[in-house]
Amino acid sequence: MLRIKYFGAIAEATQCSEEEIILKHTRLSEVLEDLSCKYELEKFSIQIALNQNLVDVNDDILITDDDEIAILPPFAGG
Amino acid sequence: MPQIGLLGQQKLQNAKVLVIGAGGLGCAVLPYLTTGGIGTIGIIDGDKIDESNLPRQVLYPENAVGESKVLQAKLKLEALNSAVKIKVYNYFLSAGNAVSLIKDYDVVIDATDSLAIRYLINDACIIANKPFVYGSVYRFEGQVSVFNYKNGPTYRCLFKDRKSNVQNCEVSGVLGTTVGLIGMFQANEVLKIILETGDLLCGRLLLYNALNNSQSIFQFKKDESFTIDEEFYQSEYFENEIVEISIEEALAANLHLIDVRELGETPKIEFENLIKIPLSVLEDKLHLLTKNETYALFCQNGARSLAAIKILQKHGFTQVRNIQESAFTVRLVVDNKSSALK
Repeated sequence: MLRIKYFGAIAEATQCSEEEIILKHTRLSEVLEDLSCKYELEKFSIQIALNQNLVDVNDDILITDDDEIAILPPFAGG
Repeated sequence: MPQIGLLGQQKLQNAKVLVIGAGGLGCAVLPYLTTGGIGTIGIIDGDKIDESNLPRQVLYPENAVGESKVLQAKLKLEALNSAVKIKVYNYFLSAGNAVSLIKDYDVVIDATDSLAIRYLINDACIIANKPFVYGSVYRFEGQVSVFNYKNGPTYRCLFKDRKSNVQNCEVSGVLGTTVGLIGMFQANEVLKIILETGDLLCGRLLLYNALNNSQSIFQFKKDESFTIDEEFYQSEYFENEIVEISIEEALAANLHLIDVRELGETPKIEFENLIKIPLSVLEDKLHLLTKNETYALFCQNGARSLAAIKILQKHGFTQVRNIQESAFTVRLVVDNKSSALK
């Protein structure tokens, strides 16, 4: 199972701070496309972390079942 | 403590820290910096205290509603530690004042609640070569990081451009304790920077969730694909959008027209409200113009008038317009108008 963590306003859109999904793809970009469709993530400005390291989603990144993805938005309060 | 000692106290005493924003995060950070013995603390914020601020902006008493935040903060902090020099700037940080102000300090704390100002702090800190400690809150969650520390990663390496309409505390709602916790992480990083001890959140983003007490740290690298320099700063913050106007509109509004073609170019246009300043000498002739006057510029085909507008905007002319039509159309319209008047 692939673990995905959500933060800030993203966690409100997904209504959970983390979930596990069955991995149907081999590429990070494909997983993100699915999530984007499911939760309408395109309206957010987001940064993606793979196993606690921020990654450039334009890179061709392969993922496995043991990976953890985090979806981070900017915060503005203070 | 062995990590601090007499030398550490000396470092704190010599340090100058600038706190940008005297809201929730500022109110959390400031008392600890003050009692911690930082030599000089600057606070910049042009805001006044509102009743709705009081639950999380804990430096301010009820009877100070309507008063300046920085002046109230100064009163409170000087009472806590009279040895600390508190300098206040009762106005907002802007592109015009950011770099020179930041240059006077060793460390900057971003305690604002605006994404636009965060990018300004980031870019000004890069130009002034100062580290800044970032903190921000969304409901029960907070982010903390240290940017531009010894030429390290910056906020733009995390979120390159500003695009989304991210909510601030007033809109999204937040508990005072969450803001306080994040401010405390920030103050802690500032002390570590000054004392040169511990592992900083440099190239690392801390996320803290106050609802379930979980924390995560994400690593990120410096993005070398872009450069923030003086040139970028100028174009990002001083070159305004170019407003287009038709020659008819410009004449109807009785605007001063500027022909930026070289002298002798045809068609020749003569008109009482027309000033002729070729683009090649514009920067030497700025004294002929008034900054708050509205000017409409044209040239042969529009390329040079755009370049001229950028020059004027760089020199603080804010009311400049670009005429959409070519010099030939301008000539036609001006001629028709003057013959109609005869």
